[in-house]
Amino acid sequence: MDYEFHWNVVFQNMPQLLNGAFVTLHVSVLAMLLGIVIAILLAIAKMNNTKFFSQVATVWVEIARNTPALFQIYMAYFGLGAFGIHLSPYVAVLSALVFINAGYLTETFRGGFQSIPSTQYSASKSLGMTSIQSYRYIILPQMLRRIYHPMTNQFVWSILMSSLGILVGMSELSGTTQRLQSLSFRTLEFFIVAAVMYFIITKLVLFASSLLARRLFKGEI
Amino acid sequence: MNSLFTPLSWSDSGLILTGVWNTVIISVVAIVVGTILGLIVGFARSESNKVVNAVFGSLLDVLRSVPLIIQLILFSTFMGAAGSPLAPFVAGSIVLSLYTMAFMAEVFRGGFESVSPSMQTAARSLGMTKWQTIYHIRLPIGLRAVFPSWLGVSLSVIKDSALVSVIGYMELLRTSEQLISRTQQPLEILIGVGIFYFIISYPLSYYGRYVERKMAI
Repeated sequence: MDYEFHWNVVFQNMPQLLNGAFVTLHVSVLAMLLGIVIAILLAIAKMNNTKFFSQVATVWVEIARNTPALFQIYMAYFGLGAFGIHLSPYVAVLSALVFINAGYLTETFRGGFQSIPSTQYSASKSLGMTSIQSYRYIILPQMLRRIYHPMTNQFVWSILMSSLGILVGMSELSGTTQRLQSLSFRTLEFFIVAAVMYFIITKLVLFASSLLARRLFKGEI
Repeated sequence: MNSLFTPLSWSDSGLILTGVWNTVIISVVAIVVGTILGLIVGFARSESNKVVNAVFGSLLDVLRSVPLIIQLILFSTFMGAAGSPLAPFVAGSIVLSLYTMAFMAEVFRGGFESVSPSMQTAARSLGMTKWQTIYHIRLPIGLRAVFPSWLGVSLSVIKDSALVSVIGYMELLRTSEQLISRTQQPLEILIGVGIFYFIISYPLSYYGRYVERKMAI
């Protein structure tokens, strides 16, 4: 193999790559937070007896789970243009990720909620707790324990999938890498560094998540 | 009206069908190869000692913690730089298969480890050889348990195959992107593409959930 590696140009551009990594984290954290809020609403809607609400939630969940992430991003970036809505790459990727996160998390939340027997609610009521108290002290803590790992996985997934921003010209880690390599033609070097950075980010997130889990659940998970 | 853009017409159906076919074929290749490799690696992991396991595990971990799109670009530029550039289909199949393997290996390992040791002892005490135990006891029981997870991984591979477009493979989504830039009708084309993925994916995921429910009882 007669390829000479030139790492200098990569290290010179490190600030820009780190900036890209920050945007990656930024967009995935935001997508996760918004996704959680919408997923809570969708999970409530799905368990609602009103047919309209539960159907809207079902359609959302099934579309999000059964189509590729890249399709959602194209839909947000190109498709909405037909309605005269022109999103910036950042907003397009963010809204696609929120859409998918909400879809997957809805099922996670619903599963977690339904795994707590309803007799526990009745029991806490019979002990004189108010409705809010029994959710706060009995139902939600147990539920959080069951949905914690799926939520962490979903967050890691969003970090990895935000790399699709490269295809719509977003300046997160992949997009920045793509732009920098096209200026210097050091494709291999730049993408190796990007791969290492993604690996470090995911590992750090998983590490932080397990630390948090230890504090939250006191080792019993 | 003279325009730079020509609307979608029936003559485009050949192009779209090629895109559909390419998506199907690369998904099938990745699922088949990934399953076979995953079965071997998963079995090796459930058998081997801690050191071998740690080495194997961290290799698989890299495949799972780096975005697929970066892996695709890296592999295809690496092969180019190494002097033997691969066709998009070949490079895409290799990366997608290995990526699938990384997930399948964990699924199968879980399956093999779910077969209780006492069942293996029982099989051995009936006079089965080690390989007979594996073939008649561990494989069928372990594989049945992980079928829904296997289906889940396969479905995500079908969806992830859209990313192979980044190295120039003409699968469905890239075909549609080219049609969009010619026709300027993004919404119609994209909805069509979405329906295609949905039609493939939804029945399978529904079936997977059905099997899972049935096994839970």
